Amino acid sequence: MIIAAQKSMDEILRSVKPFEKIAVAGCGTCVTVCMAGGEKEALKVADLILLDARAFGRKVEVNVTSPVRQCDMEFLDDVEDELADVDCILSLGCGAGVQFMAEKFPDKVVVPGINTSFIGVNRDLGYWTEMCQGCGNCILEKTGGICPVSRCSKSHFNGPCGGSHTGKCEINDETECAWQLIYERLKRIGQLDRLYEINEARDWSTSRDGGPRRLVRGDVKV
Amino acid sequence: MGNETNKEIVNIRSNLQKVLEAGNFSVSAEIGPPMSGDAQNVIDKARHLVGIVDAANVTDNQTAIVRMSSIAASYLSLQNGVDPVVQMTCRDRNRIAIQSDLLGAYALGLRNVLILSGDHQSFGNHKQSKNVFDIDSVQALHGLTKLMKENIFMSGSPLKAPIEFFLGTTANPFADPEELQIIRLEKKIRAGARFIQTQAIYNLDRFKSWMEHVRERGLHKEAYLLAGIVVNRSVRSIEATAGVPGMDVPLSLIERMRATKGKEEAEAEGVAIALDLIKELKEVEGVAGIHIMAIGWEAIVPTIVEKAGFLPRPKV
Repeated sequence: MIIAAQKSMDEILRSVKPFEKIAVAGCGTCVTVCMAGGEKEALKVADLILLDARAFGRKVEVNVTSPVRQCDMEFLDDVEDELADVDCILSLGCGAGVQFMAEKFPDKVVVPGINTSFIGVNRDLGYWTEMCQGCGNCILEKTGGICPVSRCSKSHFNGPCGGSHTGKCEINDETECAWQLIYERLKRIGQLDRLYEINEARDWSTSRDGGPRRLVRGDVKV
Repeated sequence: MGNETNKEIVNIRSNLQKVLEAGNFSVSAEIGPPMSGDAQNVIDKARHLVGIVDAANVTDNQTAIVRMSSIAASYLSLQNGVDPVVQMTCRDRNRIAIQSDLLGAYALGLRNVLILSGDHQSFGNHKQSKNVFDIDSVQALHGLTKLMKENIFMSGSPLKAPIEFFLGTTANPFADPEELQIIRLEKKIRAGARFIQTQAIYNLDRFKSWMEHVRERGLHKEAYLLAGIVVNRSVRSIEATAGVPGMDVPLSLIERMRATKGKEEAEAEGVAIALDLIKELKEVEGVAGIHIMAIGWEAIVPTIVEKAGFLPRPKV
């Protein structure tokens, strides 16, 4: 899922300061699960905006709304009436949610309340790591189910660089060397010969390098 | 440029390649380009090495710190009598830039190319920068070999006039796991590397064990293995080297430096350690040359080469 982190309250307060009628919009999917922008966080942020305004003697109205998700127009339609009167929407959705909110409300100011971090997994309480870069051409079958694009600091396709040491990446000791993991896994599942294959330069046009991407599926169109 | 000049440039061949192919034990060093556009800096470094080494690596924004471009500094080195090895990292250039820059390098008469991944930019002084890594070093070697042998760019389009480089890359005998590193070395050679420069060697036992694996797979016969040496001039320098990820400096060598008093003694001991290592390394079966990295102490290279008995260098 998409992992995100809330922006600092200073930054959020600066963004919403010019407005009197503000809505804080949480999102019910990924950012709820990673505790960055769900309803709970939206309520808390709304309280802090109110407290700050009160402390400086400013008058603000703050609503909280939490559509099921911000990346589907039908759920934004559900909150249309609620948000009709506000000047500014502080979206706690990921980058996609913020933008879709701005499309839905073309005359309102929409500002982000979180930073979208990566596609990743939850490893422990409060601990997430990146697992996928959405490159559009998955090769996990070649690498024992460990992604070198997102998990190797240099996105190497043919083994580790010389900076790999005791299983750690050269950039810091908290980062595991993806190629060490790939090696161990391939060994374990009896596919070490895959490491001898030369993976030729790949086609990045399925990634962001081909320009903004879209996906059209005729089979699901009504 | 007249036809004469063009013909002269096309006829240039790598000195390093000629030395190695004639069966000589090669000696190479490094020229670190300055953090400025000061040509004289490169010229001075090159002139110290004329007749002393067969080639000199010209680093490519080493440790991700901006310096004069490797190709420009290599050209200055060539003009001043030292066969340069252009270093080319995958960190800063995509396949378009790598191929284009190397066509330019060829046009300037540069013939040795060392392909590297490149230190991650988090090491350097532009930590905020974006990296490229469109291709990795195996893919770069593979693509460039195809460009040279089949006259085909990485896109599949034809190359109109042939080019030829002596292609090399690096290997770290101390990176782990050993098996994986050997597989990667084999891949680099299969992808087209003709010479391999190793990471600095201090731990001879580990290096010798690595070379056994190299020989088991016959890799020393498929590419020239050039053993890397770093020359330290102080306790601080050897301690800093020991702290670099992927380096293995035995405590006994650090202790040898620590036992010295004053700058002169430390420098003499640094040279003595390098000479001891060279003496053993040149006897290791499959080692085809020595690559001396005297970082920040380039002026010591002639002394080391002379004391190691490597002079005069072969004229080929």
